[in-house]
Amino acid sequence: MNAFYALFAVILLLLVAWVGVGTVDLYSLFGIIIPYLAFTIFILGFLYRIIKWAISPVPFRIPTTCGQQKSLPWLKSSKLDNPHNAFWTIIRMALEVLTFRSLFRSTRAELREGPKITYGDTKWLWAGGLAFHWAFLIIILRHYRFFVEPVPAFVLYLQSMDGLFQIGLPVLYITDAVIVVAASYLFVRRVFIPQVRYISLFADYFPLFLIGGIAVTGILMRYFTKIDVSAVKELTLGWINFKPAAPEGIGIMFYLHLFLVSVLFAYFPFSKLMHLGGIFLSPARNLANNNRAKRHVNPWNYDVKVHTYEEYEDEFREVMKEADLPVEKE
Amino acid sequence: MSDEKLKSEQLADIDYNPPSKDWMDVKPVIKKGTFNYPAVEASEKYLDLPFSRKWDPRDDDWKLPENWKEIVLKGLKDLLGKYRSFKVFMDICVRCGACADKCHFYLGSGDPKNMPVLRAELLRSVYRNDFTTAGKIFGKLAGARELTEDVIKEWFLYFYQCTECRRCSVFCPYGIDTAEITMMGRELLNKLGLGIDWINTPAANCFRTGNHLGIQPHGFKDSVDFAVDDLLDFTGIRVEAPINKKGAEILFVVPSADYFGDPHYFGFLGYLALFHEIGLDYTFSTFASEGGNFGLFHSAEMMKRLNAKIYAEARRLGVKWIIGGECGHMWRVLHQYMDTINGPADFLEEPVSPITGTKFENAKSTKMVHIAEFTADLIKHNKVKFDRSRNDHWIVTFHDSCNTARGMGILDEPRYIIRSTCNNFYDMPENTIREQTFCCGSGSGIGTDENLEMRLRGGFPRANAVKYVREKHGVNLLTCMCAIDKATLPAVMDFWVPGVELAGVHELVGNALIMKGEKRSGDLRGQPFKGEEVKEHV
Amino acid sequence: MYDAGKIIIGLVVFLALVSYPIWYDAARGDIPTSADPKIVTAEKECVAPTDYMKDSHMDLLNQWRDDVVRKGVRVYTAESGRKFEMSLSHTCMDCHSNKSEFCDECHNYAGVNPYCWDCHIEPEEVQQ
Repeated sequence: MNAFYALFAVILLLLVAWVGVGTVDLYSLFGIIIPYLAFTIFILGFLYRIIKWAISPVPFRIPTTCGQQKSLPWLKSSKLDNPHNAFWTIIRMALEVLTFRSLFRSTRAELREGPKITYGDTKWLWAGGLAFHWAFLIIILRHYRFFVEPVPAFVLYLQSMDGLFQIGLPVLYITDAVIVVAASYLFVRRVFIPQVRYISLFADYFPLFLIGGIAVTGILMRYFTKIDVSAVKELTLGWINFKPAAPEGIGIMFYLHLFLVSVLFAYFPFSKLMHLGGIFLSPARNLANNNRAKRHVNPWNYDVKVHTYEEYEDEFREVMKEADLPVEKE
Repeated sequence: MSDEKLKSEQLADIDYNPPSKDWMDVKPVIKKGTFNYPAVEASEKYLDLPFSRKWDPRDDDWKLPENWKEIVLKGLKDLLGKYRSFKVFMDICVRCGACADKCHFYLGSGDPKNMPVLRAELLRSVYRNDFTTAGKIFGKLAGARELTEDVIKEWFLYFYQCTECRRCSVFCPYGIDTAEITMMGRELLNKLGLGIDWINTPAANCFRTGNHLGIQPHGFKDSVDFAVDDLLDFTGIRVEAPINKKGAEILFVVPSADYFGDPHYFGFLGYLALFHEIGLDYTFSTFASEGGNFGLFHSAEMMKRLNAKIYAEARRLGVKWIIGGECGHMWRVLHQYMDTINGPADFLEEPVSPITGTKFENAKSTKMVHIAEFTADLIKHNKVKFDRSRNDHWIVTFHDSCNTARGMGILDEPRYIIRSTCNNFYDMPENTIREQTFCCGSGSGIGTDENLEMRLRGGFPRANAVKYVREKHGVNLLTCMCAIDKATLPAVMDFWVPGVELAGVHELVGNALIMKGEKRSGDLRGQPFKGEEVKEHV
Repeated sequence: MYDAGKIIIGLVVFLALVSYPIWYDAARGDIPTSADPKIVTAEKECVAPTDYMKDSHMDLLNQWRDDVVRKGVRVYTAESGRKFEMSLSHTCMDCHSNKSEFCDECHNYAGVNPYCWDCHIEPEEVQQ
């Protein structure tokens, strides 16, 4: 049900843009005002969310240790999975963010006759997730060609690598295919794995459809419906130079694409998509396991009511003396 | 111990398919065998806990305080302000489901609310409803739901069906730690007087007598004296076991089950034998007679209240540093919390082994060393001699305890000790040990008899792995370094894989240790060694 | 422990990355905000309307290549009925002989690197 709602929501968004640009000609609204607004919401919202997390302290150092600790010098410690200093923690975080190591670890439990449970390797979610995120990142970086003049060398390089196979014309970008396949996989597993379907919310389907919609409209205008790319860049450079103007003659497909992107940007800070920022703040991963070597300070550590030894001895002094246990006060 | 009404085939008939109804519409069922009894009033009053009263989870009316909702929401707000972990974990889950089949309770029960992600959603849904804009506007569509009494009942059920073992956190791409969420959930429940007896009564005992079992100082001394006598019987040597001795070099703190429980006790004999043999200058404390800390299962404040005595006693007795015995959650507290909550321990010295001269750099601030670290160092430096064959009657495997594995990482020290003290050691399959170890199913204060069905279910994955090595290698001894494991796994083993006993790592040490002048009559359980030939040792 | 310093560094990096085009373009100052291909031909009529050529000239060229190389067809009939030789080097470049001011102008602007000249010899340009 949640999946249908999410699909309807994205279709509705497409209709809004379709009507707004296609029939009512609201070029400035959809080409300038909404994108500006969305980007502003994204930046401010992102900062707001991070700051909101940051104002809560990390009272305890609670890394999840996933390997041998550093203790005795002759025991080999697992520097990456149980980092003992900032350097290895950074490496652990970097690999987590860039290669999803925790997901890579995943197993699939199966109950069999016996009864017995087996744990098989499963790399599907890891592969799908990684492909999706990397494709997305490269696509975003490729889009810098619209925002920077002259086009930076790294963007040209990315484009040529991405189009390495030179299939079709314009050359098919590998990432375009990958993101569609990966997003489809992420959607399909959400629907077909009963447990995952059970936990999935509207907020899980909506971004998938939204990003899927963005990918599809982007692909349509690149490969099929065609648009005047120079005109698009005039528009995008206009945003960047704060001299926005919506040139005519850019196809409707562009505005559908742009509107979905705008919605994604504006939606981002208020959604689970903030895992982009949140992962860096996860105390289970971003702290070194050096608790006993280096004291961690809790800013709200307050005095509590304790039972003192004096109170204890006062209660038990007689029995202690009878048992020949030393006491402080005779 | 195993309940006759429960059959392993029945419990293993697990349906992992979730119901067709949305989980928010499934009401919690408080069923015999899957929940814990509420705390008795006397314990709660002793600890000055709010709203202590007589109530029964099976009743419809839980007699919640009038302003219960306000208390919970205020408590939630407070916790969000105090813990970044909590706030971040409330916000960033993408519900990828990687954690689902990582939880021993889900694997053992098939109840979707035991999937870590859904366990967290029980709380997240309320967080969204009252603390996020999207939740306030879009309600259920945004995954929000109103806080009702049924939600509280659900929390009570499922936050006491989590052992805070952190296995899910290992697999989560953001490290989301359900233990952290469960802790917050329990703290909120306790604000409404919804604590369970197996946590709050030991906590009250511990506050008063220094240990969970409520053993008073003379009782402690009796236990230790008894152990000294037993050790004399088994080894022919009378060891010293100093108690409350001022000026000793080292304070030795153990979980109270070590000197009272079976099979913990045999490991306790192992400690005594080892310390005697190396001539360690140490002392027990009758007040710091518990390293374990059921406060951890109640609230951060209770943890601090119970933990305070350890440094206090170290200071009073004037020791240089502290050694801690074999225990799981005890070490979570000692390793990750103690220095922060009750430190700095600047009145102690940086730990140096008096026998080997090894500096325990990793403990230079907290000044507390795990006994396995201490013993492994002794063995490495050849300061102790072992006759491994004395453990030949055991075919051994090792269970990493969740808290020490995933909240510390003490994995190879115990294995080194085990390999040095016995001839037959076989690890369980790799997905069930080390950081991927499965909890006993009874940790974090839910190891009660009334909760037996849930414990057996939660213990199923662990037992399943033991069964594997039992069938393959004939394993008959499951060693571990956790008091709760030792107390609760025997029932789980009897049920799922009979014929496997539990033991502490230092029981193997005590058996194999060659002591000067010893006359061994058998192992520390009074059983004859394999082949019954009593060997002579100098 | 708030780690404010680290979080601020992180936020600065984030802002720098997302605003990179703004400050990069601003720092460069006077940048052309549009492409301005020069049409220097005396010929009044292209093989297809300008709007179509802007969006889809690559498809047309691709089609031409296939027709010529694979089918041996060499004549293209425009909508107007006029016939053209299907040839990049001749038909197109005869009119648009100024590759750098015509082709490259937009291609560079949009960051497009067509592989026409992998096979075709770049026409020698007459200095204007």
